[in-house]
Amino acid sequence: MGVIAKPEPSAGRVVSQVSPNWLTTRVDFLVNWARSNSMWPMPFGTACCAIEFMAAAASRYDISRFGMERMGFSPRQADVLICAGRLPFKLAPVIRRIYDQMPQPKWVISMGACASTGGIFDSYAMVQGIDTVVPVDVYVPGCPPRPEGLLYGILMLQKKIRGETLADPSLRVEQTLDERGLRLAPERIDELSEPFGNSLHQTRSA
Amino acid sequence: MNPSADALKRQFGAAVRRVTESCGTTIVYIDPTRVREILAWLKDAPGEAYNYLADVTAVEYRDADLPLEVVYELFSLSRRVGLRVKAALPKDGALELDSVVPLWAGADWLEREVFDMFGIRFHGHPDLRRILMWETYAEGHPLRKDFPLRGRFSRSEQVRQALNANPEAHYSLAELGIAEAYYELPADLRERLSRGERGRIADAKGGR
Repeated sequence: MGVIAKPEPSAGRVVSQVSPNWLTTRVDFLVNWARSNSMWPMPFGTACCAIEFMAAAASRYDISRFGMERMGFSPRQADVLICAGRLPFKLAPVIRRIYDQMPQPKWVISMGACASTGGIFDSYAMVQGIDTVVPVDVYVPGCPPRPEGLLYGILMLQKKIRGETLADPSLRVEQTLDERGLRLAPERIDELSEPFGNSLHQTRSA
Repeated sequence: MNPSADALKRQFGAAVRRVTESCGTTIVYIDPTRVREILAWLKDAPGEAYNYLADVTAVEYRDADLPLEVVYELFSLSRRVGLRVKAALPKDGALELDSVVPLWAGADWLEREVFDMFGIRFHGHPDLRRILMWETYAEGHPLRKDFPLRGRFSRSEQVRQALNANPEAHYSLAELGIAEAYYELPADLRERLSRGERGRIADAKGGR
């Protein structure tokens, strides 16, 4: 499980117009406190991870403790996209559109091995990690992760949000697709999609 | 052995090529050019009455010399008897068969799936296009043995094509089930939609 670094601010850009002072850090504290404790999830459940996600939402684990009990099935009223399950190529434009429709500030949790890497589905039909389609903040490993795993990922995302500052204008920049319609460079996608682990022993053809 | 096998032999002679039994199911191999005729007889002949088509699927064996087989799982709801009918298509010939949609409307999507996954074409099918993969999918037919597990294109090309697809362009208004809206449309637009005219799928700029 890891929190990835935000993209490097482009060279020469002034990161902050004003240096952090007492006022901005107090505003940061207040805004981040409010945001991190009321993240409305947009559940994108495609497989068995969604069952664990439902368990996390139900009373025993209860993500309302983190202010997340309000599932926004409309992306326009959601803050955090939780991709729970494998993503086929057929759904790639769908999750991209949902991500594009979510207003800033927005975050993405990639829940489970398949969403994060393609998992056991190293096949012709499956996206090898949703980070080739949308930017991801927190990856939760597991097949599927237990609700505790998702809750830990949520706590890490809260920690990440509490470290954000208004003085960094690059944080809320919309990450759109380039003119090829890709989020990453093609070589980067090929590199991320390389087979690993047991997939190395799969033959390309019978 | 299911007595329908002998009845088929009497009725169609050499068009019934081989009869075997496996796990209690009788398997009849038939001439692929006479599929519709033989299945129609099995469906309508009073002594047979195989009125339920449980499945249409296909098999490709690992041995490259063996033909592709299209499998019809028949069941008689009145007699409670099942019969498996297979039509072998040699790989060097045209992978073509007569559709059985005129006999069982339920064969529509099953045959589309066989076409999508194996590339077998069904003559007389009302709407033979891909059903699982998207319609612009250009890598081939995934369940064929010569299809690489990870597809023919590079991962970046697969992601690029997927992201440039317009997820809504596959469907006409009629297919989306907005029936009332469909019948409110001008007649010429309805006519164009019923001919199968659709939005352009690969046009990313127009689609978004």
